[in-house]
Amino acid sequence: MKSYVNSFPHGVHPPDCKYTADAVIETLPLPPEVTILLSQHIGAPAKALVAKKSKVMRGEPIAEAVGFVSVPMHAPIAGTVTAVDYALNPRGEMAQAIKIKIDPDADQEEIYGTPRDLASLTPDELIRAVQETGTVGLGGAAFPTHVKMKPPAGKSVDTLIVNGCECEPYLTTDFRIMVEESDKIITGIQLVMEAMGAKEAFIAIENNKPEALESMAKAIPAGAPISVRSLMTKYPQGAEKMLSRAVLHKDVPSGGLPSDIGVGCFNVATLLQLGQLLPKGQGLIERVITVSGGGVERPGNYRIPLGTPIRYIMEQVGIRPEARKIISGGPMMGMSLSSQDIPLTKGMSGLLVLTEEEMRDGGGTVYPCIKCARCVDACPIFLNPSLLGLLARKARYEEMAEEHHLNDCFECGCCTYVCPSNIPLVQYFRIAKAMNREREAAK
Amino acid sequence: MLISALSIAGGVMLLLGLLLAAVLAIANKKLYVYEDPRIDEVEAQLPSANCGACGFAGCRAFAEAVIRGEAAPGQCTASSADTVESIAAYLGVDAGVGEKRVARLACSGGDNVARRFAHYEGRYSCRAASLVAGGGKHCTFGCIGYGDCVAVCPFDALHMNEHMLPVVDEAKCTACGNCVVECPKHLFSIHPISHQLWVSCSTRLRGKDAKAACAVACIGCGLCAKAAPEAVSMDGNLPVVDYGKNEFAVREAIENCPSGAILWVERDGRRVLGVKAAAALEKVLNPPEAPLKKTSASEAEQKSEVSG
Repeated sequence: MKSYVNSFPHGVHPPDCKYTADAVIETLPLPPEVTILLSQHIGAPAKALVAKKSKVMRGEPIAEAVGFVSVPMHAPIAGTVTAVDYALNPRGEMAQAIKIKIDPDADQEEIYGTPRDLASLTPDELIRAVQETGTVGLGGAAFPTHVKMKPPAGKSVDTLIVNGCECEPYLTTDFRIMVEESDKIITGIQLVMEAMGAKEAFIAIENNKPEALESMAKAIPAGAPISVRSLMTKYPQGAEKMLSRAVLHKDVPSGGLPSDIGVGCFNVATLLQLGQLLPKGQGLIERVITVSGGGVERPGNYRIPLGTPIRYIMEQVGIRPEARKIISGGPMMGMSLSSQDIPLTKGMSGLLVLTEEEMRDGGGTVYPCIKCARCVDACPIFLNPSLLGLLARKARYEEMAEEHHLNDCFECGCCTYVCPSNIPLVQYFRIAKAMNREREAAK
Repeated sequence: MLISALSIAGGVMLLLGLLLAAVLAIANKKLYVYEDPRIDEVEAQLPSANCGACGFAGCRAFAEAVIRGEAAPGQCTASSADTVESIAAYLGVDAGVGEKRVARLACSGGDNVARRFAHYEGRYSCRAASLVAGGGKHCTFGCIGYGDCVAVCPFDALHMNEHMLPVVDEAKCTACGNCVVECPKHLFSIHPISHQLWVSCSTRLRGKDAKAACAVACIGCGLCAKAAPEAVSMDGNLPVVDYGKNEFAVREAIENCPSGAILWVERDGRRVLGVKAAAALEKVLNPPEAPLKKTSASEAEQKSEVSG
């Protein structure tokens, strides 16, 4: 096969729309009330530790992890618990949540946590400490970080890939933190390398972010086995499988994980939080998000407490009357939100408020497939989206998974993006996966 | 020369033909599989819908089972009473007509009563919408209203009404169960028409939230369970009718219901609300005064949209 230097084959080049790249991270005023969903991560929902009327300190654990694949939650503001019941989650379901009202007299500066000497911890203890911080993949997947740090038995990770690609249009949070807080990211990288026994780390950054490349390279201490790699600007460069290909020229096998080839992938935002929280023994209580799009008065990068209602964020940044749709995450893989009552979760890397013009083909007519195979040329994992789409229309979902590798699809949206007939291919695949899961569960 | 060559060729072909004919003749006798001719007769009378409601893999499998005596003709719910009678008479067996069973929808939240807070754009299908944001209705447990069930009904027994809620035509419904499988919110189930007391709500929202989301949602007051304690019990927020004690599932149970979440299904399929519920619903649908001015909050909510 042709060799692809610093990139991967296929993929697309959407307009990058990174309007907020120069906006320094701002801290929004604390919201009057927060809603902490107990399931903001992949895995078992956390179990509430507090009851109605309990007083909580900022950063105090309010819910504990249930089992290994689960993380605890911490109070993002000091205040009083007003309810432990249900709230709307980003998927539009009612899910368990803890609601906290701010206490005007409480000290919002002091954050709960016990500093500790990390050098004395064994790798297993370090992984447990990571779980206690409640950190999950902050790039959007929200998979618990400590689970990723412990590869399945028989596999070991010797190379770390640090994902600073931020290939999604609009989003600039990873870029800003790489420019502003590069030293803490390096601390995070070193801690994860130590816990996993990795020998080498590569910081992968797309070549449209020269400032980040420079800032990260400067922050690496002399002699550390960490290097910066400049990658081609292409979507979805930041996906695990694409990164392994671009950085190490190794392919993750179908149905496998990067740990199968000795690679661990972590987002820069996740590593920043680890570098910041682990030495202080604190929990994850806030994150940086990009608020952008044509419908926002003051687009920018904001540090916001978790659980802040979207409505409050929108009041702070201002919505223009032409705003039509709010997306959590990036425009390619993000999810439309159905209500402004949904709170900020750990997995939201951005909030895009789009106008009519920005919504490409929003609700456009779907035409029949003309077999142009543009989707085949765009699919970064070499599937045949056109064929899968036809099978999905005929509800042949099992065949899609068994014979055409449906489960390798990570829903990057390249096929839908290039389709000249407006066929919502990714949506078909999501339906197919949901149907297969349901059928599997029924067995 | 030519003649003899032709006659040799002809002779060989003749012998070969005779030999193969003999093999076929013997095979026909030795390997003969007897098939009951009645199977074809019965199958011809069945509706050929292959809906699977009888529990067999299609109409022919059902016909074979009927002839083996493993199934009664009446188990075919798609056939008319006349057809069942005619098959039973032809075979000389008991028709075994069971009680008519139909699909029932456990939701009454059409667009006239249930709030929809986000507008969905994308593939017009309940399954697709439910994956995006639960469908965009305030009550995430109720009917989304894009008619996936109507599309899979082979008997034209399901139709969407003007409020985007499917209505079962009980005369046409054969209880094949396609809609039960298709509905992403699992709102359909199959019931004999004698199950007349029906909880037409599936919400797990609590009283106040449920009321705000849908005018006909169950608020979990438990008045129905008080009126018919033997048959109705409360499971969390929702009443559950124990149809094992159907004789205790009396019509009085619906009379005190304030919202119409529990109702009475007549044998012809009409859904009857209790007196109180009917009055309350009337108030919601035709408010006595002029409708209130839209608040800025509800305007802001309408701006938020969902798409696939």
